[in-house]
Amino acid sequence: MLTIKDLSVKFPSRFGDITAIEDVDMVIKPGEIHGLVGESGAGKSTVGAAVIGLLQSPGYVANGTLTLGDTDLRTLTPDQAHVMRGDRISMIFQDPQTSLNPLMTIEDQLIETIQAHSDVSVSAARKRAVDLLEEIGIKNAAQRIKAYPHQFSGGMRQRVVIALAVSTDPELIIADEPTTALDVAVQSQVLDLIQRLAKERQIAFMLITHDIGVIAQVADRVTVMRKGRVMETGGTAQVLGTPKHPYTQALMDAVPPLDRKIDRFQVPEADEASRDDGDLAENWLLEGQQHDLTGLSLQNLTVRFAGPRTSLFRKPPHYVALDDVTLNIKPGSIMGLVGESGSGKSTLAKAITGLVTPNAGTMTLGDTALPFGKSRSRHHPSRQLVQMVFQDPYSSLNSRHRIGDILTEPLRFYGFVKDATERENLARSMLALVGMQPDAITKYPHQFSGGQRQRIAVARALLARPRFLICDEPTSALDVSIQAEILNLLKDLQSKFGLTILFISHNLAVVRQMADETAVLRHGKIEEIGETDAVYTAPTAAYTKSLLELTPVMPTSWQA
Amino acid sequence: MVYFILKRMFQSVFVMLAVAFLAFSLFRFVGDPITQMTGVETSVADQERLREELGLNDPFVYQFARFTGDMLKGDFGFSYRTRQPVADMISSRIPATLELGVVALIISLLVGVPAGVYTALKPRGVLTQAILMTTLVGVSIPTFVIGIMLIFIFGVQLGWLPTFGRGGTVQIGGWESSLFMIDGWRALLLPAITLGVYQLTLTMRLVRAEMMEVMRTDYIRFAMARGVPMRRLHYKHALANTMVPVITIIGLQFGGVIAFSIVTESVFQWPGMGLLFLESIRFVDIPVMGVYLVVIAFFFVLVNLIVDLLYVAIDPRLRIKDVS
Amino acid sequence: MIAFLKKYEGLWLFVHSPAAMIAALLAALILLGAVFAPWIALVDPYDLASFSLFDGLLPPAWEDGSNPKYLLGTDDQGRDMISSILYGARLSLVIGLSALTIAAVLGVGLGLAAGYYGGRFDAIVMRIADVQLALPAILTALLIDGIARGILPTAIQQDLRVAVLTLAIALSLWVNFARTARASTFVQMNKEYVQAAIMMGQHPLRVMFVHILPNILGPLLVIMTVDLASAILLEATLSFLGIGLPADSPSLGTLIRIGMQFLLSGEWWILWIPTVFLVVLVVSINILGDFLRDVFNPRLR
Repeated sequence: MLTIKDLSVKFPSRFGDITAIEDVDMVIKPGEIHGLVGESGAGKSTVGAAVIGLLQSPGYVANGTLTLGDTDLRTLTPDQAHVMRGDRISMIFQDPQTSLNPLMTIEDQLIETIQAHSDVSVSAARKRAVDLLEEIGIKNAAQRIKAYPHQFSGGMRQRVVIALAVSTDPELIIADEPTTALDVAVQSQVLDLIQRLAKERQIAFMLITHDIGVIAQVADRVTVMRKGRVMETGGTAQVLGTPKHPYTQALMDAVPPLDRKIDRFQVPEADEASRDDGDLAENWLLEGQQHDLTGLSLQNLTVRFAGPRTSLFRKPPHYVALDDVTLNIKPGSIMGLVGESGSGKSTLAKAITGLVTPNAGTMTLGDTALPFGKSRSRHHPSRQLVQMVFQDPYSSLNSRHRIGDILTEPLRFYGFVKDATERENLARSMLALVGMQPDAITKYPHQFSGGQRQRIAVARALLARPRFLICDEPTSALDVSIQAEILNLLKDLQSKFGLTILFISHNLAVVRQMADETAVLRHGKIEEIGETDAVYTAPTAAYTKSLLELTPVMPTSWQA
Repeated sequence: MVYFILKRMFQSVFVMLAVAFLAFSLFRFVGDPITQMTGVETSVADQERLREELGLNDPFVYQFARFTGDMLKGDFGFSYRTRQPVADMISSRIPATLELGVVALIISLLVGVPAGVYTALKPRGVLTQAILMTTLVGVSIPTFVIGIMLIFIFGVQLGWLPTFGRGGTVQIGGWESSLFMIDGWRALLLPAITLGVYQLTLTMRLVRAEMMEVMRTDYIRFAMARGVPMRRLHYKHALANTMVPVITIIGLQFGGVIAFSIVTESVFQWPGMGLLFLESIRFVDIPVMGVYLVVIAFFFVLVNLIVDLLYVAIDPRLRIKDVS
Repeated sequence: MIAFLKKYEGLWLFVHSPAAMIAALLAALILLGAVFAPWIALVDPYDLASFSLFDGLLPPAWEDGSNPKYLLGTDDQGRDMISSILYGARLSLVIGLSALTIAAVLGVGLGLAAGYYGGRFDAIVMRIADVQLALPAILTALLIDGIARGILPTAIQQDLRVAVLTLAIALSLWVNFARTARASTFVQMNKEYVQAAIMMGQHPLRVMFVHILPNILGPLLVIMTVDLASAILLEATLSFLGIGLPADSPSLGTLIRIGMQFLLSGEWWILWIPTVFLVVLVVSINILGDFLRDVFNPRLR
């Protein structure tokens, strides 16, 4: 049993110690899955690192007690702590692609781990390793064990990681976002595996995640953290269903439900700039609507990439990223596009914006054909009419340019406003319109949070006076509460300015909140397309059904 | 895998052709070969006849093809200065330079790799700081100054080691080696250290940087979290992964070793290819310059091909196909 | 607060790194000395009339038989060592900096374009870089020098020595810039801000120089510092080999070569003072380069 009391962790910095977590209490019983949930910067991972004794240098445990069974973890010498790692506490990392040593076989890594903690022969260790792999769901383990990590798929690799973590029968496993990098189907298998191991082997799990759905599905108890402090702790059904702490309540309000559509998320209205400041930009956008609502239709669009060349004589194999995709986005509507990683969602966005050249098919924006890739001239009208909001607000704004330069660039580039002062004024007003302080214009991107940057990215897109907006995973890099704000903003802008939006996301729940129609993409093919409500309530494609079933959600019965 | 190696070989051939072209252009366009080969007393008619005989009036591409063909057959032409075949001049100098270069490289690896590992594993140690500072000074001292200092200390002041020449050598099947006599080793020591110091500092800094990078990866952190014994973690996991990029750079460095041997050979009057090259520059002996270039490029390309094979041996991702 | 710290983090680190500060101070002093050599130096080493053989081989001021007028002594021609060194550093720095500028412009331009366009253009640039790599810096420099000897008439050769030397050094350094710029550009090409700019239809040159270049300046600055040190070393080495500059317009390397003649005789200062000076200059530049590398790659700290 793990007991954490009054734990605080500090990071010395040149401006004094920075407290990462403070007064954290937690108890995890054998066989219990304890969810640790919170937004970025909540200090969840720091708790796990402190328990296993792998805090990033120079962080240190400043206060509190950590006990596993009757061992006081804080009094261990570095050598004792290292021997205990693996033996009694183990860990699972987020990304199975990088958690295994690429130069060693699975067998070597398993055997070395088993032998590090128990005095057994190589052949005995190998037998244990093979049995374990079989138990964990790797078929033909006696042969597969000879393989190198790169020979396994992502899901299988995460199973190997789990096998390594349990190979020494630890009492506690810290799982830090173990399914975040995985697709829904694999995620559900891995979560099942974790549940099974907890039950059958009585292993205590500390499950660190930002995903409320995952917690709801597997955790027995849950602790909610924010800014290094515990907000609320208790049984999962109680904390998520009838949260007591205002923060948990707000968090739950911001979680998009999968089973219904809500018009607006309830978010605490921040001290936004007076909306009047945005009038200038609003009028400018409205007067610019010389174009009608603009739809987009794709006919039989196919994109193939050449694979890596591996032979002198054979042509490199083709990788089909988009396979005969036909999609019709009605003027003024929001089309949702869902799919797992590698399904071709982003390729579709790149084909529309001309960054990728399709091999076949046609694209029509409004009523004019859209030239492909390189054959689209730099001055083609679509370069202004189609704008994009990207996934990662940390990379979508040039960090060396002032916000003012970033925002006025489209105004100057498209020749909308000749006068520099006018451009500045318009940019300020646009900032107000997206809910930012107009004085942000003199600052640099790094001075803003992710959510604020995404607002700036939206403002930049609007300053091109677009009629068609592509949002490629616009909220997947953001915390839930920030996501809710950005989704509200996009909805407002869409209805005010009659934009047509292609909304791309891997998150089914988010798409449900946004889209009028939804298309489901898999391996470059459209599996299903229809009115959003119909797709979600009565899916026709088997793939859509399984996606909806496997997405972890909170049981409806918990909701008050 | 076969494709990977074939591709590298193709690139190597390209590099060799480009260097051969460079050598050819040198020969053909830097000064007039005919006036170089003949004396002042040769008549214009004789010069023209020689020009025709040598095919210098043929089309350019044809000349280059013949030049390359001759090279492949081992015919490297004649030196302007000594009138001897260039092939003989260079090949008699190759052993001296190769022995010097290889010993220097071994010194730099034997010291550089352990020092790099140590400073990466103990980044805040006092010894680490001292080593880092020393190597910073090391890369900042020109090779020739290191040579002069060594000569000054061990040759002039202490009188322990010879300051020039190869000392005693043994002839083994046309290969003149200084590795089989104490005297030869004594003569080799100072030049090899001089040449090795710069490479050593580079190797150490590279190993350190790569190792620190590897120590931050998830698989090392995961190995830590599983309690893999520290020694095994450092050497089996971290060092092996460090060596993948390090080997590439060492391959590239070999070219540097051979090139810098020019300086070392000059300081120690070491009778290798570098010294020959320096003399040929001074006398604008174009054929020797050109062939030297080709030989250097050949060694460079050869070493890098070996490196590629090593790569395949170390990294299973290149050896075994991905099933996923 | 955090924004302020971020903005001035480099400065903060600088004033807390004694090594970097001392190195910067030394480098700045040498640079100033070199720039103002004609006004500071006691004699003009190029002007035979300004010194006399009677002052020859005087030891530094702290040794017996010295002349306090010549603080660090004189060489066999009677030239004041300090003056020679200042003029030598001036020439070394001029050559180093101009070679660096040429190499940077050529290398960064090609590297940016290779990273931006990728494909065939990239392949061609990289194959040329391969060939260049097969011929290491010192070899390239020697070769160009040799070619210049072969092509140029003897009369012009002396006048063009500095230009030839600069070009030789520049050509041997451009690959570093090209490879670094290309690798960094590849990273930036995947960033969404670059895709946004390309999508808008901005001119490739604008994307490369206004958007990408400012974001890859960090690693380039590090290369620049390290390569300045290399350029100075290379010049010294070439001059030492007697292939760089002639004795009548001595750079630091030439001074050391001249000093070599006194290795075995008692006049140690003629060799070791310019040597120490060269090493101090290069060490300072390398310390600054290391410091910059740490600032731009904080994880290695």
